[in-house]
Amino acid sequence: MSKIALIIKREYTTRVMKPSFIILTFLTPVLIAGMIMVPLLLAQIKDNTEKKIVVIDQTGLYQNVFADNESFKFEFIDQSIESFRTSKDKESYDAVLFIPQDLSLNPKAATLFSEEQVGLELKSYVSGLLKDYIEERKLAELNIPDFKELVEKTKVSIDVKTVRWGKDGEEKMGSAELAVIIGMISAFVIYIFIVVYGAQVMSGVVQEKTSRIVEVIISSVKPFQLMMGKIIGIAMVGLTQFALWVILSVVLVTALTTAFGTTLDIEAYQQAQTMGVSAVNLPFDDQDGVVSELLIALQNFDFVQTGVLFVLFFLGGYLLYASLFAAVGSAVDNETDTQQFSLPLTLPIVFAIYAAIYSAENPDGPLAFWCSMIPFTSPIVMMVRLPFGVPAWQLALSLGILILSFIGSTWVAGKIYRTGILMYGKKITWKEMMKWVFYKG
Amino acid sequence: MKLLEVKNVVKQFSGHRALDGVSLDIPENTVYGLLGPNGAGKTTLIRIINCITAPDSGEVFLNGKRLTAEDVRHIGYLPEERGLYKKMKVGEQALYLAQLKGMTKQEALMALKYWFEKFEIQSWWNKKIEELSKGMAQKVQFITTILHKPKLLIFDEPFSGFDPVNADLLKREILALKDGGATIIFSTHNMSSVEELCDNISLIDKSKIVLQGNVDEIRAAHATGTYRVVTKTNLHAESFDVQSEKETHHGFEYVLKSRAGESNNVLLGSLMTQSELFSFEEVLPTMNDIFIETVTTKPKQS
Repeated sequence: MSKIALIIKREYTTRVMKPSFIILTFLTPVLIAGMIMVPLLLAQIKDNTEKKIVVIDQTGLYQNVFADNESFKFEFIDQSIESFRTSKDKESYDAVLFIPQDLSLNPKAATLFSEEQVGLELKSYVSGLLKDYIEERKLAELNIPDFKELVEKTKVSIDVKTVRWGKDGEEKMGSAELAVIIGMISAFVIYIFIVVYGAQVMSGVVQEKTSRIVEVIISSVKPFQLMMGKIIGIAMVGLTQFALWVILSVVLVTALTTAFGTTLDIEAYQQAQTMGVSAVNLPFDDQDGVVSELLIALQNFDFVQTGVLFVLFFLGGYLLYASLFAAVGSAVDNETDTQQFSLPLTLPIVFAIYAAIYSAENPDGPLAFWCSMIPFTSPIVMMVRLPFGVPAWQLALSLGILILSFIGSTWVAGKIYRTGILMYGKKITWKEMMKWVFYKG
Repeated sequence: MKLLEVKNVVKQFSGHRALDGVSLDIPENTVYGLLGPNGAGKTTLIRIINCITAPDSGEVFLNGKRLTAEDVRHIGYLPEERGLYKKMKVGEQALYLAQLKGMTKQEALMALKYWFEKFEIQSWWNKKIEELSKGMAQKVQFITTILHKPKLLIFDEPFSGFDPVNADLLKREILALKDGGATIIFSTHNMSSVEELCDNISLIDKSKIVLQGNVDEIRAAHATGTYRVVTKTNLHAESFDVQSEKETHHGFEYVLKSRAGESNNVLLGSLMTQSELFSFEEVLPTMNDIFIETVTTKPKQS
């Protein structure tokens, strides 16, 4: 086995076998699946205990307003609030709705009494019923024939569909929301991977230097081999973790959805949508078709292209930063000194994530364009732009710049590393580091 | 034949000069000791020989050719601050280092098995380095240093951290390596090991070599004319001074100091006229004495 392969293997296996890696890798998809599933499941669980509400209506105007539903049952009694408050009857009710006055004159007159704090659901249900009823009555008082129907007709809900035209004019149902979601998620994943694994490269280098392992190893391998072995090995750890996350998340979400019967039948939604039928049995409220549109857009989304570009940009960005992190690690004497020198590296990464957030709002604007060309920000910003569609020449240019930059940065880092890794007890400055780059040898 | 030659090496660090015109020749298949007080520049010299640091001026030759980074691959180096991955298991780590040095997995496993059995540390194979004590980790590192049978071995303070039993084991192994044809350079403060192991030494003090040469010759040159003599009857001092006198059940034991560079035979002759001799032995100074004497007196002269 070649020496660099040996180094890669060691870097890879020691990290992948770590309990912390295994736990994090297997727990994260569970958390992601949980975050997706819990709201869906909670939405399905209905509070099946029926609450009884007694209405004391002193005006006698609202007898027909309160319709019972699954959760609430209304009863009217003719009793004063004072006597009810002290009577034994109140034990058998969950809440008391007291209406002393005509609400069209005093909209704040109604009160809900209860022993336990009334839930928001009851409050909004009751106020909704009263509001609708009073609005209707006020309209009726205007005495305009068919006014209610006229008003109904003016109520509209607008949702602009976004459709992307392919090169051949073929329509693709797109979704700006989906594009933002996917873009931001992949940008954040790249950001986190660069920061986490870049830091691992750096601390690995510092560790080898401080423990003097490098003095032994350097007699067998070239410094550049040692550096690249570490960088590549850790990149493979990152890719392994990412691949496992994707696979596990998909498996878990599928397993959970089937187990709880909320199969999201995308085919059915799509059919319904194209046929203009909205009456599909959705497990949740989807009057305007927002969810089904998202799902269709999700299905139309080109995951293969995004996936491939994600890996390319991740590797490019990681190699660029990791080599510089390695250079910093080699130049310092201990872990605490790394902070001072790694700051200029972490700043552009943090800047990139802000640029990505603003680019999502205007994915073809100048900020988005330039930041997706500058190699220090492009891996993150390009991820946000990608789902909106990026011209091929821009992708090629951005990737080209990124590749050239990481070749340059590994070259520079290799020079710094070669000198720095064996240098002890000398205060390092940026000037000194630049000198190392141009050493002959 | 000279295996390694260091010529006039100078190394300047900010603030002080670590090595100042150091030259030494190391013959093949010998044990060479680098002695000197703390901070004398021993480790710097070793690091220069290992191409870890470059000298400001001066050169190092291996087999008559200028030493390159490529040659360092054939040197086994045990650094003073032991370098092993703390979180890695002993066996895995030894195997990894051996493979990096160009051994195949099979060769490495065979050699490791041999050495682990020899040092009786088979049970450590699956332990992590951080679970081992300093001396234990050092044993492991010693094995990884010599495993690929390099022709030139450099040990920086190999005895520090070892108990007497293990230090003895290490001494035996160093001599065995020499018998196997290796050339060994080591730095130490442990002077008794120098007498036992070293053929030649260099004593470095304040970045300069203050004493250099064959151990026996150095000791002979530092001879103070002191003798241990056991005689049948009393001696009376004539051409020598009596430093101590002791009567034992089989005679008189003296420590004598001869006057003004008399040869052994002259002294012996004058002793024989006085009494029957049971034993006569020249007392050579220990390396320890020479070390202390050289290091403490030299600065006064300069």
